[in-house]
Amino acid sequence: MFLIGTNPTEAHPVIGYKMRQAARRGAKLVVCDPRRIDLVDEADYWLRVKPGTDIPLLNGLMHIIIKEGLEDKTFIEERTENYEELKAIVESYTPERVSELTGISVDDLYAVARLYATTDKAMLFYTLGITEHICGTRNVMSCANLAMLTGHLGRPGTGVCPQRGQNNVQGACDMGALPNVYSGYQAVGVDAVREKHEKAWGVSLSPKVGLKIPEMFEAAHHGSVKAMYILGENPVLTDPNANHIKEALANLEFLVVQELFLTETAQFADVILPAASFAECDGTFTNTERRVQRVRKAIEPIPGQANWQTICQMFVAMGYPLNYNSPKEIWDEMASLSPSMAGINYERIDQENSLQWPCPTLEHPGTPILHVGKFTRGLGLFQPSEHIPPGEIPDEEYPFLLSTGRILFHYNVTTPYSGGISSVWDKEMAEVNPADAEKLGIQTGSLVKVTSRRGQVTTAVKVTDRVMPGVIWMSFHFASTPTNELTSAVLDPITGTGEYKVCAVQIEPI
Amino acid sequence: MVTMVMNGKEVKVPAGSTILQAADMVGIDIPRFCYDPDLSPLGACRMCVVEVKGNRLLPAACVTPVYPGMEVDTESESVIEARKTILELLVANHPLDCMTCEKMGDCKLAEYCYRYGVKESSFVGEKHHYAIDDSNPFINRDLNKCILCGACVRACEEMTGQDNLSFLYRGFDRKATTAGDVDYIDSDCVFCGQCVAVCPTGALTEKTMAGQGRRWEIDRVRTTCPFCGTGCNFDLAVKDGKVIGVLSNPDAPVNQRSLCVKGRFGWDFIYNEKRLTTPLIKKNGQFEHASWDEAFSLIATRFKEIKEKYGPDAFAALSSARCTNEENFLVSKFARAVMGTNNVDHCART
Ligand code: SF4
Ligand code: SF4
Ligand code: SF4
Ligand code: FES
Repeated sequence: MFLIGTNPTEAHPVIGYKMRQAARRGAKLVVCDPRRIDLVDEADYWLRVKPGTDIPLLNGLMHIIIKEGLEDKTFIEERTENYEELKAIVESYTPERVSELTGISVDDLYAVARLYATTDKAMLFYTLGITEHICGTRNVMSCANLAMLTGHLGRPGTGVCPQRGQNNVQGACDMGALPNVYSGYQAVGVDAVREKHEKAWGVSLSPKVGLKIPEMFEAAHHGSVKAMYILGENPVLTDPNANHIKEALANLEFLVVQELFLTETAQFADVILPAASFAECDGTFTNTERRVQRVRKAIEPIPGQANWQTICQMFVAMGYPLNYNSPKEIWDEMASLSPSMAGINYERIDQENSLQWPCPTLEHPGTPILHVGKFTRGLGLFQPSEHIPPGEIPDEEYPFLLSTGRILFHYNVTTPYSGGISSVWDKEMAEVNPADAEKLGIQTGSLVKVTSRRGQVTTAVKVTDRVMPGVIWMSFHFASTPTNELTSAVLDPITGTGEYKVCAVQIEPI
Repeated sequence: MVTMVMNGKEVKVPAGSTILQAADMVGIDIPRFCYDPDLSPLGACRMCVVEVKGNRLLPAACVTPVYPGMEVDTESESVIEARKTILELLVANHPLDCMTCEKMGDCKLAEYCYRYGVKESSFVGEKHHYAIDDSNPFINRDLNKCILCGACVRACEEMTGQDNLSFLYRGFDRKATTAGDVDYIDSDCVFCGQCVAVCPTGALTEKTMAGQGRRWEIDRVRTTCPFCGTGCNFDLAVKDGKVIGVLSNPDAPVNQRSLCVKGRFGWDFIYNEKRLTTPLIKKNGQFEHASWDEAFSLIATRFKEIKEKYGPDAFAALSSARCTNEENFLVSKFARAVMGTNNVDHCART
């Protein structure tokens, strides 16, 4: 197991518990993380990479693998293309240079490269630690390169696994809550796809790719987006560069928010629709393994109606007739339009407990492993990249590197509403290395002001060697310490993901 | 497969099974305290003893493998005698307050005492007077009710890997507890609650469920955890239209009985008093309660106006990685089919 930028025991605890058991049963574990995460205790190798140097690390490992002839030649030959370019780019990432960039010893680089390449089955796991960078997409591609180079794909016990953060990120993507695709990743620009949807929905549809989140807020800022509907999300607290988002929301002519609580985002709304929780609605979630499972209504909706009913009533109020009797019928319509999920329905989930798409027909058993024998695009494409330094690095004025993440007791922004959980852990505790703490004259429990070029927050600190010297680590769960007021406005140019992971700050004791 | 005789009937069971596993497969219920299918075998409580022809000792079924031609009697006179003795010893040192015990209805000790007619103990012994540990918001720990089966110790180590529990002290003082015998809140506990899920008695119980309902009054509604992408399944415990807790379920495809603190104990946010219960409309900068009809008619009027005046792309929808697939599909359909724009995205781009 090769973990890079992921802290499973806190972000995906049960997966983390299973990894720990696997490591204890003898599976080799490599952890690449600047922070001393819990699984470091179980790891065979801990690569404490400097924040923002994942690409040089991965390139360096590939360099050694190629130099030592450990690549999977058959896999590269039969299943991939563009290998020559990869080879050319990683050529300059010698162990010595990579060691310099990442802070990892040359010996560890050799040991890990050999271990990963020569293991029969290796899985690579990554999460926000990899994607929330200016080079997020490039980071992901580099992970895929490493797996393809060694043939660790498309067999049981292999693969590149993005650990999905929120419970239904996978499902939100699958359902077409994306600006470029309908459900099942069918592109909005493809005529046949669009015509199919036009026929099913009885309207004409736009072929133009829509705006991604950061672009939406940008557009709201300069006034081309005038109205928004936001369901169950709190971008003011969770998006990087919160002040920018607030200005964008304030600039809208009309904002509708559907939420459980009067969140920081809902404050900006013109109309708030009360939402129902997971215990009050029927439906499905899709987990990080593309596994569709049922959510079942256990109690009557506290606001009087389920979320699907509320959204349907918006359709009707707008003059678009709808007559779903239950979420099951919504699923069936979606499945009938989405070939990759056409074989999944509520009856089958009830019987089989869960089904993993692709599942094109009712007879199909579902697909636990992707890319067996063939990639979605045919041949696997190597997309090598050079080192891209973080968009903002510490300097004299802002000498610390701020890195953000999740803590076990909280899940984004809902758990602080759990009485039990918040009584155990009720405020931000920023992590600071003992060496820095001494210099700043602070101890665990001290209050500090953390300032970046974009904003300032106050937080309590915890002194611990989990973080490196020069780094301060914070979560983003608490409205009283809105960490994202500090984070960087630099976006990954490909996906528009914010660079939450690194930015430069200064720390002052109060 | 191995052919053997159990309670006078010939049965075929997979080679390598223990007697207890074999019995489970053919539907014979052998009592057990320390055995748990998800944990390593311990063979400590001796509740599962059986009679095997040709063996003068009574072997523990949970650690004895079957062999061809084995003849087992799971309820012979000597077996019953042995089990009664074990129960009497346990009951001698057990607070018999079943009428107020949270575990009533789901307690193995009470179940087997009932099965073998053990009412009181002929052993008179000292009882423990441990203080109840209710130091944390999630788990009540009353070690006076502990029967030392060690399931919690193994669950903590083998399911979670937290290694927070072990046996301390000797003899009568032997105790399954945290390092240094401190309260859970002061230990390395991560409050996954695995120890609670496997405890056969009322020693470890869910604090949130205390006094909320008897086990047989509870409806269990199977659902999927709303807190992370792992996709654990569990049952919501519902009584009189109210969720009172979460119970894990061995046949959950991803997680079996493992959960984390969020899944097992985070559900109470649904009854947070700050929940919004009616639509709100902002008037002069202040939110005022409104009816659903008012809310929808205002929404329709404004969305239509804006669409007319600025075109469809002046609208954008943010859907949610926390909401169901069906809700996400509807939001994307709303943006596309009703508003005429592909401006739809959701918050977590991971
Ligand atoms: S709650 Fe979890 S971590 Fe705590 S003692 Fe029980 S099993 Fe161990
Ligand atoms: S607390 Fe429960 S699970 Fe743990 S040893 Fe005692 S009876 Fe067994
Ligand atoms: S119980 Fe914990 S690990 Fe499992 S899905 Fe819920 S939050 Fe994730
Ligand atoms: S169940 Fe077999 S010895 Fe405890």
